[in-house]
Amino acid sequence: MPRPSSSFWLSVLCLSTLLFSAPSSGQGLSFTLTIKNHRFHPAELEVPAGKKLRLLVKNLDPTAEEFESHDLRLEKVIPGGKEAVLIVRPLKPGTYKFVGEFNEKTAQGRIVAK
Amino acid sequence: MLATAVIVLREVLEAALVVSIVLAATRGVPGRGAWVTYGVVGGILGALVVAAFADRLATAASGLGQEIFNASVLFLAVAMLGWHNVWMTRHGREMAASLGSVGSAVRLGARPLYALSVVVMMAVLREGSELVLFLYGIASAGPGQSSELAGGFALGLLAGVALSLAMYFGLVRIPAKRLFTVTGWLILLLAAGMAAQAAAYLVQADILPPLGETIWDTSRLLPDNSIVGKLMHTLVGYTARPYGIQLGFYALTLVVLLILMKLFAQDPRPNPGQSAT
Repeated sequence: MPRPSSSFWLSVLCLSTLLFSAPSSGQGLSFTLTIKNHRFHPAELEVPAGKKLRLLVKNLDPTAEEFESHDLRLEKVIPGGKEAVLIVRPLKPGTYKFVGEFNEKTAQGRIVAK
Repeated sequence: MLATAVIVLREVLEAALVVSIVLAATRGVPGRGAWVTYGVVGGILGALVVAAFADRLATAASGLGQEIFNASVLFLAVAMLGWHNVWMTRHGREMAASLGSVGSAVRLGARPLYALSVVVMMAVLREGSELVLFLYGIASAGPGQSSELAGGFALGLLAGVALSLAMYFGLVRIPAKRLFTVTGWLILLLAAGMAAQAAAYLVQADILPPLGETIWDTSRLLPDNSIVGKLMHTLVGYTARPYGIQLGFYALTLVVLLILMKLFAQDPRPNPGQSAT
């Protein structure tokens, strides 16, 4: 019996991602933040207002960080060396602060919705 | 050190308040200290396990493992709090009447203390796992951080315990007749607040719709991350910017538990444990 090709598995993967991901997250705009030396890069992110966003946060530090934003109503622990996706609900124009709660002195950033 | 202490306090606050309410609600019940201790110790062990497997939890359920886990832990606590209150409406009156008398103590031991033990365990586990990761982060930053770590941790923990004690001794000053009514309401509000918070986690995971983005905004008046805000968050479920669905879960929990308490309050059968006095 021939083994399924890698493209077969790729399509299975794509299909299952489609099936299991939230219906609206696929079409959301994507943005990436990295955490390094307990700082966010970029520290300021400009995003369009009124659109649902997909925020990929990559933690390049060896220790865990908690991405926390009361303005955005998000909190998620990101283990060291891992990444996490956060969904940002449509924002009104304005500035939204976020912090890394475990290193609040340095890990600060904001999202500016325009 | 102070910054560390504030974070530690913020994380232990909820568990500390839950412990004090549980202790007040079980006043006069034999064996309650042991059950609360099991809850705390179990919660700490659970927190260590959750922290150790944080990697896997984060990637579980297509990256939504953490949200679903937190919501589940909260819902389990809500169920246990509800079960305790329903049980209490049936047996609470006799308990208040016989508080302090030795003979009744054995019968009162039948109370579902394990339910409250699970509530304590869940509260310690949820906040504790974050605390473990935070402290581990400081500890691994280098040996120079150890005094910062120990001092901040001790100070934060001490403040949490002090708040818990103040709450407990405030509560037990209430006369026995009314104490269980008060703790009953506190537990009800605790449950409703936890249900609302679970709903917020499920909105974050994009599993539930928000049904109204911001019902009100009191973030300038009383921010969520202030100590008072956190206190009110635990006690009555305060949130500076609630989603519509959070209010829905809050109200639904209150209504469902009150109806259940009403339904189970009337016991048509005579209580076999009570002599005809």
